[in-house]
Amino acid sequence: MSEVIVITSGKGGVGKTTTSANVGTGLAKLGHSVVLIDTDIGLRNLDVVMGLENRIVYNLVDVVEGNCRLKQALIKDKRYNNLFLLPSAQTRDKTSVTPEQMRKLTDELRDEFEYIILDCPAGIEQGFKNAIAGADRALVVTTPEVAAIRDADRIIGLLEANNVKRTDLIVNRLRMDMVKRGDMMSTDDVVDILAINLIGVVPDDENIVIATNQGEPLVGDDSLAGRAFMNICHRILGEEVPLLDLDVSDSFWKKLSSLFKKR
Amino acid sequence: MGLFDIFRKSTNSGTVAKDRLKLVLVSDRAGCSPEIMEALKNDIIKVISKYMEIDTDNLNIEITQTESDTDNGYVPALCANIPIKDIIKTGNKRQ
Repeated sequence: MSEVIVITSGKGGVGKTTTSANVGTGLAKLGHSVVLIDTDIGLRNLDVVMGLENRIVYNLVDVVEGNCRLKQALIKDKRYNNLFLLPSAQTRDKTSVTPEQMRKLTDELRDEFEYIILDCPAGIEQGFKNAIAGADRALVVTTPEVAAIRDADRIIGLLEANNVKRTDLIVNRLRMDMVKRGDMMSTDDVVDILAINLIGVVPDDENIVIATNQGEPLVGDDSLAGRAFMNICHRILGEEVPLLDLDVSDSFWKKLSSLFKKR
Repeated sequence: MGLFDIFRKSTNSGTVAKDRLKLVLVSDRAGCSPEIMEALKNDIIKVISKYMEIDTDNLNIEITQTESDTDNGYVPALCANIPIKDIIKTGNKRQ
């Protein structure tokens, strides 16, 4: 049985594309067949995060308009042969595709893939409506900031109104040092406000920037973010995995303070 | 220690953010502005005042989250706390 998962947030720049790339790659790493769809028509990004920008021939709009067959537009990943990308069109706009066409496309992909991951554009207009049209479940990405959480709340309401069966929350770019100082809302604060199930917390990790620079998602490596994303993948599969201890700065400071105490 | 205590006295920005967000989301979720809430409150006072004498100063109406009876999700609910001062005996008037 296959599942269509939309990754959305409302606000831009909170990490939808990074999350899409890592969740898709992580599920493929765990042996599942996955297709990633970039639904952000006009602002194509998932291809560069995946490092597949040089291999694009056809795109989403070409498929929908019948300029090519679906299989011709799917790009195989560099590292995993059970992972594919359907890139977005860069020179068209959101109205080039309708929600009905997206639903038809995702249904077609269900025959071939176990997981269909949709990277949703920011906003709540046509692009968002297209992305959620065929989705079974949603992952809402937010950062612990007022603007991002407010938009996430709106998105959660819209997902419910559009009968997306299940919505889970990812808190991205958490800075444990700031939370401890009281200068950032904690994961508990965010969950308390949004009142939906938490499926993962990803720390603010510079390795994400490095991985994006290189075009290779870091999911599953030894970095904190890589482990956090892999845990999210396990939870998507229904496994119970405890939340990561993101408190690395603590051990550093404890070591430092113990150093001073010795003197 | 004394130095750190000075800093702790001011409210942390994380708490400020959470409080601001909670307020903003009340009107967002209800889809209505504070002006509409005020109008709603006045109308409710008008209707209830026909039947009972209420304490309008201590009256409190707000939109909160409550667990839904039908599914496991949370739904917004209009919660009114209206202290009654006296019941107006409409029955007597009718006689």
